[in-house]
Amino acid sequence: MSVLEVSVEASANVLRPLTGNEAIARGSWEAGVKVAAAYPGTPSTEILENLATYPAEDLHAQWSTNEKVALDVAIGASFAGRRALAAMKHVGLNVAADAFLSQAYIGVNGGLVLVVCDDPGIHSSQNEQDTRIYGALAIVPILEPSDAQEALDFTKLAFDLSERFDTPVIVRGTTRLSHTRSPVRVGTRTDIPGRGFLEQPAKNVMIPAHARRRHGVVLERETRLKEYLEDAPINRWEKGDAAVGVVTAGTCYPYVREVLPNASVLKLGASWPLPDSLLRRFCDSVERVIVVEELEPVIEREMRALGLRVGGKEFFPRAGELSPELVRAGFEKAGVLQPRPKSNVWAPEPLMRPPVLCAGCPHTSSFLAIRASGARVAGDIGCYTLGCLDPLRGIDTTVAMGCSIGNAIGMVKAGETRPVVATIGDSTFLHAGIPGLIDAVYNQANLTVLLLDNHITAMTGGQDHPGTGRTLRGEEAPRVDYEALIRAVGVKWVETVDSYDLAAMHQQLREAINYRGVAVLIANRPCVLDPVKIKGPPLQVVTAQCVACQACMNLGCPAMSWGKETFEGRHKIEIDQSLCIGCSLCAQICSVDCIQPTAEVRK
Amino acid sequence: MSGPSPTASELAKAMPAPSTLAAAEQQPVNVLVVGVGGQGVIMVSKLIALLAQQQGFEVKQSEVHGMAKRGGAVFSHVRFGERVWSPTIPLGEADFLIALEWAEGLRWLNYLKPDTGVFICDTKQIVPPFSCRDRRPGAALGYVRETVDEVIAKVAEGYAIDATHMAEQLGNDRVANVVLLGALSAALKFPASQWEEIIADFVPKKTVGVNIEALRQGRRWIEEARKGLPHPSTVPTPAMPVHADYRVRLEITPEWCKSCDICVKMCPERCLRLNAERIVELASPEKCTGCRMCEWLCPDFALRVHLDPVRATEGAVR
Ligand SMILES: Cc1ncc(C[n+]2csc(CCOP(=O)(O)OP(=O)(O)O)c2C)c(N)n1
Ligand code: SF4
Ligand code: SF4
Repeated sequence: MSVLEVSVEASANVLRPLTGNEAIARGSWEAGVKVAAAYPGTPSTEILENLATYPAEDLHAQWSTNEKVALDVAIGASFAGRRALAAMKHVGLNVAADAFLSQAYIGVNGGLVLVVCDDPGIHSSQNEQDTRIYGALAIVPILEPSDAQEALDFTKLAFDLSERFDTPVIVRGTTRLSHTRSPVRVGTRTDIPGRGFLEQPAKNVMIPAHARRRHGVVLERETRLKEYLEDAPINRWEKGDAAVGVVTAGTCYPYVREVLPNASVLKLGASWPLPDSLLRRFCDSVERVIVVEELEPVIEREMRALGLRVGGKEFFPRAGELSPELVRAGFEKAGVLQPRPKSNVWAPEPLMRPPVLCAGCPHTSSFLAIRASGARVAGDIGCYTLGCLDPLRGIDTTVAMGCSIGNAIGMVKAGETRPVVATIGDSTFLHAGIPGLIDAVYNQANLTVLLLDNHITAMTGGQDHPGTGRTLRGEEAPRVDYEALIRAVGVKWVETVDSYDLAAMHQQLREAINYRGVAVLIANRPCVLDPVKIKGPPLQVVTAQCVACQACMNLGCPAMSWGKETFEGRHKIEIDQSLCIGCSLCAQICSVDCIQPTAEVRK
Repeated sequence: MSGPSPTASELAKAMPAPSTLAAAEQQPVNVLVVGVGGQGVIMVSKLIALLAQQQGFEVKQSEVHGMAKRGGAVFSHVRFGERVWSPTIPLGEADFLIALEWAEGLRWLNYLKPDTGVFICDTKQIVPPFSCRDRRPGAALGYVRETVDEVIAKVAEGYAIDATHMAEQLGNDRVANVVLLGALSAALKFPASQWEEIIADFVPKKTVGVNIEALRQGRRWIEEARKGLPHPSTVPTPAMPVHADYRVRLEITPEWCKSCDICVKMCPERCLRLNAERIVELASPEKCTGCRMCEWLCPDFALRVHLDPVRATEGAVR
């Protein structure tokens, strides 16, 4: 730890290239955060991973089982008088929303900041909802940094505002902010003394009588926030050409500057609530106003409601991520910029390269067996969602984290004629799957749950969870015993199977499906990437024997591809030795037994 | 080491009036680094970004890596200059496109500046499983078909390097990306010594030697190529489809089928089903590729696949 402390101190007040996520972590550390909790989710994951590199004496950082628990933990720390942070991806706020919306009534003791990272363009999510709308719903301020420096500065400010206005504060990022690296001037940590627990039930206990009173307080708080934001430095008026004024916020701002370097710009640091009179004055100062914002027209609608005449979504798309090209195209459409002559650059037909399960991924065999079972499959979210793609094609539905088991119950109760299987990863099961399982037992649904236990939260890059036996800081922790847990909620048929034993997998799954009632099959093998990269001796195809049936290609293993030789007009298969990890699944499929360990093939 | 330079926010606060602003505007240099997950795209772009920052430029490096680990396409934008706004490079404005994989290089060609953009591409081909899907006899590999010459002719300045091969010769195929960096170093005007220093700082101590050598080789390769010497490497054209002049016919002997369902479940194209009597039938003849899976799997020899020469069946009454 001492080495780290030295580096942390020595590096203060210099410019460092940080990603948005690293800057948010740095900002909260500098702001004296004492407790930080999160459930991983792209693009927010690295915030807590980064916070965990700061000294343990400074703060407690933890992975929680889900976003709601993470927020509850942060709220608890705030009750106890310490600065606290919860981080999540946009859809995570849906999970935490129940706690969040009532906490907004309670307010804070120690500063409470939620970092919520949106994913415009759906780079790796199930939707692209706009978190800013939660500002209006919860009546809570939302700060929107536009680069890594602001990510640091705004995070610190968020803690101050939280305490000053007695409100939780959202710092809203996007994938572009989280994963862009730019120079940041860092500072040092201010240790904020604890405020101690405040015994004030009328504020802290939300029974109807108290909540009614608090709602009024919340509305009055919004008025004070609006007043503050009228001349807060984070709302920046950049005077320029009076012909066009642009109102923008967050990661859209750099695009506007790139495309219209001379325009008048009102850059809002807070996209909720909005400063009415500042907006009015800005609109009065220019001939025409255009709002540039990603996703929903949050600012535009507010301005229209104020009676201001603004343009916006008629020029810029409401779906997807903005880019300099799209912002330019929007201004061209608005007549602000002259259309550029189209340079027709040559671009060949792009190659399809969807993400795939890794070579040797333990999820592979589960989907092969599922496919052979002819079941209706309610899927869930994780690496295994990729099992919906060719060639495995083993998932019929995927909604959101933890939905699979509930969805499966519904399918069964609606009379689905095929056997119904729910597939769910270990992290997802702990996140939101357990209530579904209890529901299935309680309502006596005849279904099979395939628990895909790869011992890690793989999709988001390999984070620990209560089933891995390690904490965020890599310390040892108690480990969930899935079989015991599942039996305890009343499941009678529970078995564990080795994911690399294809025959056993087929057989056990068939048994589970034939069992009348809730059956849980646990497919057990570690992910090949995390926490340790697994690489066994590779396999090789004995080309002379290969009949090019391509049955092994049903695995979709990225180590396998077509070789040069053919048989009956089809390509024989080749295994890339550097990618193959030696899981042997392909060898178990091969109908002529021509996939062999490398050593035995050598002549 | 460079002194602290102002950040974007600081600059923005001290922003001059529009007229002078326009004059001070300098075009940033744009480098787009692309490849496939696991190849080191992010490492390469970080290195370029670090080097540019040491020269006192404002640098933005932006990537999207949600699916990077799962073999998807990865790309990273690096922009540096007196001032950089957008973290992503606008379409058609990349000065350099560095590609660690051939098809990925082609995917991003339209990001290059049409008149001056430099394309530096490893000829390594990583064929995704998706490209080997078609089981019909004679099916073609689903990989790009453009030849090196075709591609190089279409860009302002292009180089196809067999960097992976050069790296293998050096005894470490993981340094292919540094070979490409070496090629870039000949075109980007940073002092050669600084490239080497930063690489020595960046890579594991054990591999400093091989990385520096890779850098130098990449640099030398491009200097020679720029002198107009013939390109020392080519891209192997993907395996061409094998000519196959036959039609697939599935012969089913219903009496031998005992309804075990194995063929139905294991047919890769899912073209079989059990009929009302629970006997196998070919439900979607158009999907059958004649792969013989069912023939091999049926315990009772109830299915046979025939590959009839096309000429013999032509004109036959069907
Ligand atoms: C509410 C919510 N939180 C977080 C995520 C991000 N996320 C997607 S998949 C995943 C992890 C899944 O882990 P696991 O179930 O163990 O499956 P694996 O990826 O390991 O196969 C997470 C955290 C999300 N999509 N939605
Ligand atoms: S990261 Fe792990 S779980 Fe995800 S596809 Fe790869 S092996 Fe499978
Ligand atoms: S053994 Fe076969 S299926 Fe497993 S990783 Fe190697 S090539 Fe892929």
